[in-house]
Amino acid sequence: MIMNIITRSDRLADRLGGFEERVTVEKISRRSVLKGLGIAGGLVLAAPVMSRQAFAAYQTGAGIMPHGTVVDPKVFVAIAPDGIVTILAHRAEMGTGVRTSLPLIVAEEMEADWSRVKVKQAPGDEVKYGNQDTDGSRSTRHYLIPMRQIGASARSMLEAAAAKRWGVPVSEVKAVNHEVVHSASGRKLGFGDLAADAAKEAVPNVETVKLKDPKDFRYLGKGQISTVDLRDITVGTAHYGSDTRLPGMKYAVIARPPVTGGKLVSFDATAAMKVSGVEKVMEVKGWPWPSKFQPLGGVAVIARNTGAAIKGRDALKIVWDDGDNAKYESVAYRAELEDAARKPGLVVRKEGDVDAALKSADRVITGEYYLPHLAHASMEPPVAVANVKDGKAEIWAPVQSPGGTREDVAKTLGIPDTDVTVNVTLLGGGFGRKSKCDFALEAALLSKELGVPIKVQWTREDDIRHDFLHTVSVERIEAGLDKAGKVIAWRHRSAAPTIASTFAAGASHAASFELGMGLVDMPFEIANIQCENPEVKAHTRIGWFRSVSNIPRAFAVQSMVGELAQATNRDQKTMLLELIGSPRIVNLDSVKDLWNYGEPYDSYPIDTGRLRRVVEYVAEKGGWGRTVPKGHGLGIAAHRSFVSYIATIVEASVDEKGKLTVHQVDTAIDCGTFVNPERIQSQVEGAAIMGLSLAKHGEITFKDGRVQQSNFDGFRVIRMDEAPLVTNVHIVPVDADTPPSGAGEPGLPPFAPALINAIFAATGKRIRSLPIGKQLEA
Amino acid sequence: MIKVKINGEERNWDGDPDLSLMWFVRDELGLTGTKYGCGQAFCGACTVMVDKQAVRACITSVSDVVGREVTTIEGLHPSGDHAVQKAWRQANVPQCGYCQAGQIMQAAALLIENPKPSHDQIRDAMAGNICRCGCYQRIENAVHLASTGV
Repeated sequence: MIMNIITRSDRLADRLGGFEERVTVEKISRRSVLKGLGIAGGLVLAAPVMSRQAFAAYQTGAGIMPHGTVVDPKVFVAIAPDGIVTILAHRAEMGTGVRTSLPLIVAEEMEADWSRVKVKQAPGDEVKYGNQDTDGSRSTRHYLIPMRQIGASARSMLEAAAAKRWGVPVSEVKAVNHEVVHSASGRKLGFGDLAADAAKEAVPNVETVKLKDPKDFRYLGKGQISTVDLRDITVGTAHYGSDTRLPGMKYAVIARPPVTGGKLVSFDATAAMKVSGVEKVMEVKGWPWPSKFQPLGGVAVIARNTGAAIKGRDALKIVWDDGDNAKYESVAYRAELEDAARKPGLVVRKEGDVDAALKSADRVITGEYYLPHLAHASMEPPVAVANVKDGKAEIWAPVQSPGGTREDVAKTLGIPDTDVTVNVTLLGGGFGRKSKCDFALEAALLSKELGVPIKVQWTREDDIRHDFLHTVSVERIEAGLDKAGKVIAWRHRSAAPTIASTFAAGASHAASFELGMGLVDMPFEIANIQCENPEVKAHTRIGWFRSVSNIPRAFAVQSMVGELAQATNRDQKTMLLELIGSPRIVNLDSVKDLWNYGEPYDSYPIDTGRLRRVVEYVAEKGGWGRTVPKGHGLGIAAHRSFVSYIATIVEASVDEKGKLTVHQVDTAIDCGTFVNPERIQSQVEGAAIMGLSLAKHGEITFKDGRVQQSNFDGFRVIRMDEAPLVTNVHIVPVDADTPPSGAGEPGLPPFAPALINAIFAATGKRIRSLPIGKQLEA
Repeated sequence: MIKVKINGEERNWDGDPDLSLMWFVRDELGLTGTKYGCGQAFCGACTVMVDKQAVRACITSVSDVVGREVTTIEGLHPSGDHAVQKAWRQANVPQCGYCQAGQIMQAAALLIENPKPSHDQIRDAMAGNICRCGCYQRIENAVHLASTGV
C-alpha cells in the first residue's frame, strides 16, 4: 500500500528528484538532532526518547507526495444558508474510517456540530485537493495539521464576519458549536446566517491561524462518532464500485492471459455469442510486461447482465501465447530463493564486522523463514464503470488512487486530465490492490470502443489469478552469541522479488522503500549488523499488500527473537527487550537512502523508548507471564512500521489432532496522536484476523506460470469459527503534541510471529514456513 | 416469462431462467444491496432469505425461487431498523462494509431459527460468511446483542 518512489511512471522522475534532495536535507538535520538528543543515558526506562518540544512543529512527508497538500477552506468546506456544513473527503474509504475522520478534524477546529455536517466525496483531482493516494497508512499523519488548519481558517472567517456584522473587535467573538457568540452582549449568529459574509472574508494565513487547544477537543481522540456510512451499510444503500448503474450500461467480463506477460493469439466466439444475453465479444488491448498499472489485455464479453457475460466467457475458445513466464513454478522458485539467501548479497546496511563476529561467536543460531505469495482478496473484487463520450471520460470506481487513476485514464485514452472525471465510490476493501487502476482502464477502453457506458466486473477467479501479488520471500537470519548469551552479530538476508519489477523490466533488487520495511530499519542494539539483499527475478506482477515487506521481515526478526530466547533459556519478552536495548534514537547513518515511510527522520525517528514501552504496555495489559491452561502457550512480538509502534501477545493451543485455537490476542499500539480510537481499535482487531489468515492458510502458488488457486476454496481466509476467541486492543496514551502515525497497516506484521512463538511455547514446535497448513498435524 | 416475488413485489423475467438470483436482483432489478463476492457460495456476501431461510443467491437460479418469498437486505425491515441492523450500528460492526448485507441477512435468518443462540452457535452459523476486514468479534457481539434486545 505504500506508493513511494516507484509509482506511476510519469511521477517517478519528480519523485526521485524530490526524494534525493530530501534525503540530503534530512541527513544534515538528523545529525544535528542526534547531537542534541542522541545521548540516551539518564532517561527513564520505556519513555519516548524524543523530547516533546522537538515535536512542536513537526514536519511530515506530505509535501513530497505528488501534488502535495492543499490547505484551503474554500476548497474543502461549504456552508449552506440553512447551516448545513459540507466537508469534502478527498481520500478513499476502504474501511479505515478516513471518510469520517478527516472531515471530523475540520469540524472539530471550526466548531461545527457534527450532526449538522455532511460529508461529500471529492472526485479525483489532485491539482485541486492535493495528493489523494490513500495508502501507506498516512492519511491522518499527513492531514491532521492541514485539516485542523482548514477548520481553524473557516472558524476565523466566520468569526470575522460576525464581528463585522456587530461592529465589535474580532477578539470579542468566539465560535462555539455551530454559532458565533459575542458574550459581552449575549448576541449569537448561526453558521448559516454568517455563511455568505464569511465566504467574502479573505482566507487567513494557514500557517499562523490559531488552532484549538487539544484540551478543548469535543470529537478528536474521543471515539464516540460512528462512521458516516454506517447506516447506509446496514440497510444496503452504501454505494460501492460495483453498485454504479447508468442508463444503457452494458456488463463486461474479460478473459485475461493466464500467464503474466502472455498474449492473445486468437479466439473463437461462436459459442459465446449463442449464450442468452451476450451481445458482443471483442479484444481488449494489453500492454507488454512489465505493464505497471496498464491492463493485461485479453478478450471481453459484453452482455445485458454480469451473469450472462460470465457464461459467455466460459464458452470462449482462446489460444494464448504464454510468453517468458510460462515456467514459473513455486516449489522450484522457493529453492531459488533459498539458494540466493544462502550466498552473500548486496549489502544494504553494515555496522561493525559481521563476518568476524560470527566467526568468533560462541554459538550461531540460524533461522531461515519462508513466506509465500498472498492475494489481496478484498471482498469486492476489482470493478469499474466508465462512460466515454465526445472525447470525455467519466469513471466510477473503488480506487485508492483517485488522482492517479485520472492521470492514467487520460494517458490511456490520449485525452487531457481535465477531460476525465473520476468519481470515487466506497471501496469494498482495498489492502493495496485498489491502488492499481488497471480495472478502470479496462472499462475506459471498452466504453470508448463501444460508445456506451460499460461496467467491467472482475470475478473472484480473476481477482485471485491476476492480482498484483504480495511478494514471496526467504528471510535468513544468523545471530551470533557470545559466551554470556549476548547477541553480538546479526546478519539478515532478504530474498524476494521486488515491486519495482512491475515498473521496470528486470528489476531484481528491493527498492529503498522495501528495504526500509523491517530490514535495514531493524532496531536492535547489536554491535555487528549486516543486512543483505540478494538478486532475484520476478515472474509475476508484484504489488503492495497491506503492510508490504514488513510481513516477512517482522516474521523473521520476531521469530528469531523467540529462537534466541529458546537457545538461551530466557523469557521471550526479556529477550526482546534485551535486543531492543537502551532507549535511544536509532542511528541509521550507515544506510544509504534510508526510507522512513516517506517521513523526515527528525519528526519520526526510530525511538526504542517507544518500542520498549509498547512491549511493556501489552505485557501489563495482556497479562504476559500469566498461567495458562495445559497445552496453551503465550507468544509475543513487536514491530515498528508506518512509523507506529506495535506489540502483540497471542495465547494459542494445539490439540492432539493438530487443531490450532487462538484463545486471546492482545495488541498495544502507539500511533501517536489519534483522531478516532474506535476505528484504530477496529483496524487492529481486523489485523489479527488478516494475520491469522496469512499465518494459517494464506498461499498463492504457481505451476506452468499459472496461479493454482482461484477462489476462497483454494485461497482460504479465516472464518468466524476459526477467529480468535477474544481480541483486545490497547492504545498507548501519548502527549497531545506527539505526531500522528499509521494505524491501518502496522497492526498486521507482529501477529504471525507472536502466534508462531505461542505455538512454540505450547508445543515445542517451531514453524519457519508459512502458511502453517498441516504442519501441526502429527 | 418467469414471475418471482422479491421483497413482496411481483417481478417478471423473460431472460435466461438459469441466471443466478444474485445477478438478477443486482443487474436486472437494481437491488444492489446484495453483493457479489465469489459466485460459488464460499463467502456469503450475496446472502438473501428465501422463505425465511438464508440462501446464497449466487448459486440459486431465478427459476429456483418461483413461488417463494425472496427477501433482500432492502426488504429486511421497512425503515432499516430490524433488531440485527440496530445491533450492527450499536456495535459499530463494519469496516469496509461490503460483506455486511450478507452477514446481516445470515444473522437475521439465524435468529428466526434460533432466537437465543449461544456464542458457539453464532460462530458456527456465521462461519459461511467471510469478512476480509476481520470484523468477526463485533459481528459475534452484534448478533448476541440483537438476540437479547437492542
